[in-house]
Amino acid sequence: MARMKFICDAERCIECNGCVTACKNEHEVPWGVNRRRVVTLNDGVPGEKSISVACMHCSDAPCMAVCPVNCFYRTDEGVVLHDKDVCIGCGYCSYACPFGAPQFPSQGTFGVRGKMDKCTFCAGGPEANGSQAEFEKYGRNRLAEGKLPVCAEMCSTKALIAGDGDVIADILRNRVLKRGKGAEVWGWGTAYGAKQAGQPPVAGVKS
Amino acid sequence: MKLLLTLIAAAGLVACSDKPQTLGTPAQDTAPSVGTGKAYTVAGWKAGDKASWESQLKARAQYGQNDYSRVN
Repeated sequence: MARMKFICDAERCIECNGCVTACKNEHEVPWGVNRRRVVTLNDGVPGEKSISVACMHCSDAPCMAVCPVNCFYRTDEGVVLHDKDVCIGCGYCSYACPFGAPQFPSQGTFGVRGKMDKCTFCAGGPEANGSQAEFEKYGRNRLAEGKLPVCAEMCSTKALIAGDGDVIADILRNRVLKRGKGAEVWGWGTAYGAKQAGQPPVAGVKS
Repeated sequence: MKLLLTLIAAAGLVACSDKPQTLGTPAQDTAPSVGTGKAYTVAGWKAGDKASWESQLKARAQYGQNDYSRVN
């Protein structure tokens, strides 16, 4: 199996925020924390585009590189997860992440920054699969239930697709061929390297 | 007197020692193909069988997300 990936098709996203709502509901994410959000570019201008953004589970994740306590790990499926028992909430990962994925709950005393929270690709965390402890810290483990991330499965226009990289790349390729436009996959070059974004390698550019 | 001063100095310097700060190893997670053992699990694959889990997810990605294959 190839690694798990997200694709957001900007030609289809209608900024309904269904993905954001589904994620918050599924994982009971606290107030102030959005694991996923919809970003609109050129809002109000004809031709505006929206994309749904969350942790992209990068191939060479910068959050993993900067974490001073080594709380991140990558599963065999390529999902980047973290251990909240180890996280000290320093926030380095949020500065390093190009997608603004790491979130910090601030409902504690004096708004103190809590342990980092981010999209888990609905894969839970290091606790036992499907356990109450896993749910409370990381949310549902849908992958272990044979399901895909809820944001993608709930997407009404199927703009957001998730799953095995080869499968979802084929789905998008088919769409692009049929409609004849919209091959740009925003964030893929940054997350997975330019070679994997369907672009030819460019001399002098790190892929 | 000298011995006493030496002992006091030695005791005081104990606080100057540095604790070892080794990084812990990253967490070990159970593979999702092992399943949860809960009723919410989708039917059609066998928990513990990685190949069956992979084919389940690939099939779900296709029939759930590839509307061209369903509509056209």
